[in-house]
Amino acid sequence: MLPELSREEILRYSRHLLIPEVGLEGQRKLKNSSVLVIGTGGLGSPVALYLAAAGVGRIGLVDYDVVDTSNLQRQVIHGTSTIGKLKVESARDKLIDLNPDIQVDVFNEPFTSENALRIARDFDLILDGTDNFPTRYLTNDVAVFLGKPNVYASIYRFDGQVSVFYAKEGPCYRCLFPEPPPPGLVPSCAEGGVLGVLPGTIGTLQATEALKVLLGIGEPLIGKLLLYNALDMSFDFVKLKKNPNCRVCGPNADIKELIDYEEFCGVPSHDHDEGSAGAGLDITAPELAERMKTNHLKLLDVREPHELEISALPNALNIPLGELAGRLSELDSADEMVVFCKGGSRSARALELLASAGFKKAKNLKGGINAWAKEVDTSLPVY
Amino acid sequence: MTILRIPTPLRPYTNGKNEVSVNGANISEALNDLTLQFPNIKPHIFNEGGELRPFVNIFIGENNIKDLQGVDTPITNGEKLMLIPSIAGG
Repeated sequence: MLPELSREEILRYSRHLLIPEVGLEGQRKLKNSSVLVIGTGGLGSPVALYLAAAGVGRIGLVDYDVVDTSNLQRQVIHGTSTIGKLKVESARDKLIDLNPDIQVDVFNEPFTSENALRIARDFDLILDGTDNFPTRYLTNDVAVFLGKPNVYASIYRFDGQVSVFYAKEGPCYRCLFPEPPPPGLVPSCAEGGVLGVLPGTIGTLQATEALKVLLGIGEPLIGKLLLYNALDMSFDFVKLKKNPNCRVCGPNADIKELIDYEEFCGVPSHDHDEGSAGAGLDITAPELAERMKTNHLKLLDVREPHELEISALPNALNIPLGELAGRLSELDSADEMVVFCKGGSRSARALELLASAGFKKAKNLKGGINAWAKEVDTSLPVY
Repeated sequence: MTILRIPTPLRPYTNGKNEVSVNGANISEALNDLTLQFPNIKPHIFNEGGELRPFVNIFIGENNIKDLQGVDTPITNGEKLMLIPSIAGG
């Protein structure tokens, strides 16, 4: 039995009730439905806002982060007044203000192999709005194991992808991407940036697909992948087929339970630009400042040239990480060298590359130039 | 001559180009031509053994070459090739 709508709800959803594809019955279906939004960031913001506004009866929010100033360029569910607050609480308050008739369940914890099945079990639909590969593979496998549709979207700079991965009726995420890219090949948004409106465009498409699946209307993107590029304003569609060799949803699947996704992807399950090169290979900003007083150190900045306009260290040689392998001849392996980037992730990868090329005296500036700006030279901005 | 769409994450290795013209009668030849024109892209598409990396998806028209004849899939005139990357941002 579907729940009834109150007089207030009938007024609130009147523009839905006028559409025959939704109507009173569809609106009652939405009231009866539940969705789990994993991540309350760029994608999670518009997704949760529109699904709440549309009257989805119960929305689960999973995130363990707090609202940061640098989130607000795109994460429109949060606000300046909620900086420093838990994201799930900031988002819940906004949703309840938008629609007090819905229930919002918050999970202030990272989505992991230990808790994912417990959290996702009681929802009809999973929306993947995470920002990293390990959590994307985890989300996919959870959806496959629980037999639920996974409404997928991801973004990078100007590019977006949307699909509905539903192993019962079509391919899953692993059918398309059996393996993650090697660590470092595909930069994250914290490293590579993202156009603020992009998650708005892509997140609203994701919310659209979720509503179609919940209502059982239209043609959801099952077996199709939408590719969007904001610069070209291009929308391309490609067909996706079930991979007969898929390790989670294929006939001979050998992955039967959740695995260690950080190990599988070789990267941490968060998108914070806080790289470490490992024990003994990092140097902190205050340590570097001290060393620079007495020693002659080479400074290697592996950021992109346009980032130098934001902040820079004097006398640092700039070789972007992508060019480093081809420009090693500009460096001397006998030099003591400190490598840095914005937050320490790219420089940690640069250090690996340098070590494999015989540069044994290089160290990684922990926390990058942002740490230097916070702890040594506060005249520099943090970005 | 076929147009190959390059995704944003791989554009640093194609001098920023979003589309590249490649020659070849099949996917293998077209990719070989791509890596001759832009040698820096090679390690991002092929592994050390010269095989396509599993996370690289190549589509001809709207079909994945994995669902056709893999790198032996012939290229017919006018069909666009697309490299589809894994991206994870959210």
